[in-house]
Amino acid sequence: MSKTLNRRDFIKTTTATTASVATIASGITLTTFAANANENPVTNEKRWGMLIDTNRLTEANIDGMVTACKKEHGWGSEAHSTGDQKSNWIRKLKVKDKATGKVTSLPLMCQHCEEPPCVDVCPTNASMKREDGIVLVDRHLCIGCRYCMMACPYDARSFVHEDLTDQKEDMPRGKGTVESCTLCVHKVDKGEAPACVASVNSDAVIFGDLYDANSKINQTLKKVQSAQIRADLNLNTGVRYSGI
Amino acid sequence: MNIRYEQIQGRSLGFYALVAGLGVLILAALGAVWHMEHNGHWVTGMSNRIVWGMPHVFALFLIVAASGALNVASISSVFNKKLYKPMSRLSGLVSLALLAGGLMILVLDLGRPDRLIVAMTEYNFKSIFAWNIILYNGFFVIVAIYLWMMFERRMNKFSSKAGLSAFTWRLILTTGTGSIFGFLVARQAYDAVIMAPMFIIMSFAFGLAFFILILMASYKWTDRPLGDVVVNRLGNLLGVFVAAVMYFVAVKHLGNLYLAENAGVENFILFGEYVYSDLFWYGQIILGGLIPMALIYHPALRSNRSTLGLASVLVLIGGVIQLYIIIVGGQAYPMEMFPGKEILEGYGGIAAYTPSLAEIMLGVGGIAVALIAVTFLVKFLPFLPESLADEVSDPHHKS
Ligand code: SF4
Ligand code: SF4
Repeated sequence: MSKTLNRRDFIKTTTATTASVATIASGITLTTFAANANENPVTNEKRWGMLIDTNRLTEANIDGMVTACKKEHGWGSEAHSTGDQKSNWIRKLKVKDKATGKVTSLPLMCQHCEEPPCVDVCPTNASMKREDGIVLVDRHLCIGCRYCMMACPYDARSFVHEDLTDQKEDMPRGKGTVESCTLCVHKVDKGEAPACVASVNSDAVIFGDLYDANSKINQTLKKVQSAQIRADLNLNTGVRYSGI
Repeated sequence: MNIRYEQIQGRSLGFYALVAGLGVLILAALGAVWHMEHNGHWVTGMSNRIVWGMPHVFALFLIVAASGALNVASISSVFNKKLYKPMSRLSGLVSLALLAGGLMILVLDLGRPDRLIVAMTEYNFKSIFAWNIILYNGFFVIVAIYLWMMFERRMNKFSSKAGLSAFTWRLILTTGTGSIFGFLVARQAYDAVIMAPMFIIMSFAFGLAFFILILMASYKWTDRPLGDVVVNRLGNLLGVFVAAVMYFVAVKHLGNLYLAENAGVENFILFGEYVYSDLFWYGQIILGGLIPMALIYHPALRSNRSTLGLASVLVLIGGVIQLYIIIVGGQAYPMEMFPGKEILEGYGGIAAYTPSLAEIMLGVGGIAVALIAVTFLVKFLPFLPESLADEVSDPHHKS
């Protein structure tokens, strides 16, 4: 690893995230501390989410989202790993309705479940959900047991199969641990939109606070018909789709 | 009649050859671990689709077998069957040794085995995995106490109480192991309530098979008498357990075939064109079930130790295959992410997996660790009765 980010660096480079990460590590609830530490407090009064309109999203848009995510976090260019071994935080999926024959393309990433099976099964609390609904892996606590990957219904998680070089500053990753979409928490905490959302730059993908009645995502969700993937599992995902 | 226990001498050429052979396997396993951990898991056959591979197959196999190996002791202490009593110590020992071997594999296959301490200090009490860690540690303690009570004459009177706790604990432990799969809601292969009881029955069969092999080998190699009464009783018991496993397997698969939503994965395992179907019918059912039962129950082979030994080996091989089908086959079949829709691109298909040599070496190394532990401990502590001849184990036996 050319750039090893230790715990302190990790704390330096992120803000409110770290507070809750450190929280879990020490076993003390420091959510209020997290709230004070930043002007964008991590509270359970917010719930970050995303609404993806597959009717308006072109395949090129989706490819662009994947590229933007790779660029932001640096996954996918692992030198030795084979196709299924390479990290994959967001992918393009094409599905065909068996009844109507309609083909839909959509981006699939961690759905930031409200009841995340990955968090439930993780033995060490490395998989955790922030107060604002973002599901993360604390890579300092992850022992690489991969139980969370078994449990995730969306195949959204990746195991780092090799040593990494050229890591991105905002996203420490590590061989032998599990990772997945962070909803670009480092950007969200600064008030910015996730990289994939920014790359589309249209209302085809809306990011925002699901709870905030004035947010665009909340208002749109009230108007349009939307769905959760595998809604039958009752995970109440933060990522929603319309047009599927 | 009082049972006399005695260490084995452990000075013969055979003893050293056995230890050396097992030592080589353990060294090979450690080399394999170094290779996998140094490079990362890309050198294995595992991937983001098959996240648990060969090491988990062997690890869960041994862990399941471990709790079953305690059966002989449980039958004696809980159900008060005299015949099994002299073998209780060995039963406890085999049980602990198998568990140690299985846990070693599990830990060494972690992405970060160096963080074992995290696993021991950070508990998510919602996680069945964390509960399993507690159950495994507790099992060590309880069985160790149980053994001590059997060894220590003053404590003998408590040993049946300790045996009862160990028995209860092991049932919970195997249920816990089986439940690891129960929590994977989105994986259809594991969507069966019957998984937990099936794991318990599997543990009975695999654990007893290990026990029979170790018992017969140690008595043969140390020239101690081992009578037909014991051998036949254990053989019959193994036959019953194997039949019970087959029954549970049948119920599980038939049940799933009828459930429309699980018919896909069932057809894939039972009648698909992938390796798992051959493994199921030829490996698990015929090799690991029907042939052992024939070897055990055929009248001409009664009291034949070679065929009982062979049957036990086949039960174990069938057991590894069964866990391979459950663990790897269950992951290979894609999750139903979009019910009613077909995924054209981006996910799906049967995931490929070819175990690497290193993974297999790690698995075999776990078995070697278990066996070497038994080998040394019977040398240093009096685990084995001097004699298990018919008149010792069953004074009323008339030959
Ligand atoms: S999508 Fe998967 S990884 Fe993301 S929160 Fe849900 S279960 Fe966890
Ligand atoms: S791989 Fe890491 S994050 Fe996933 S369950 Fe295991 S310890 Fe938790």
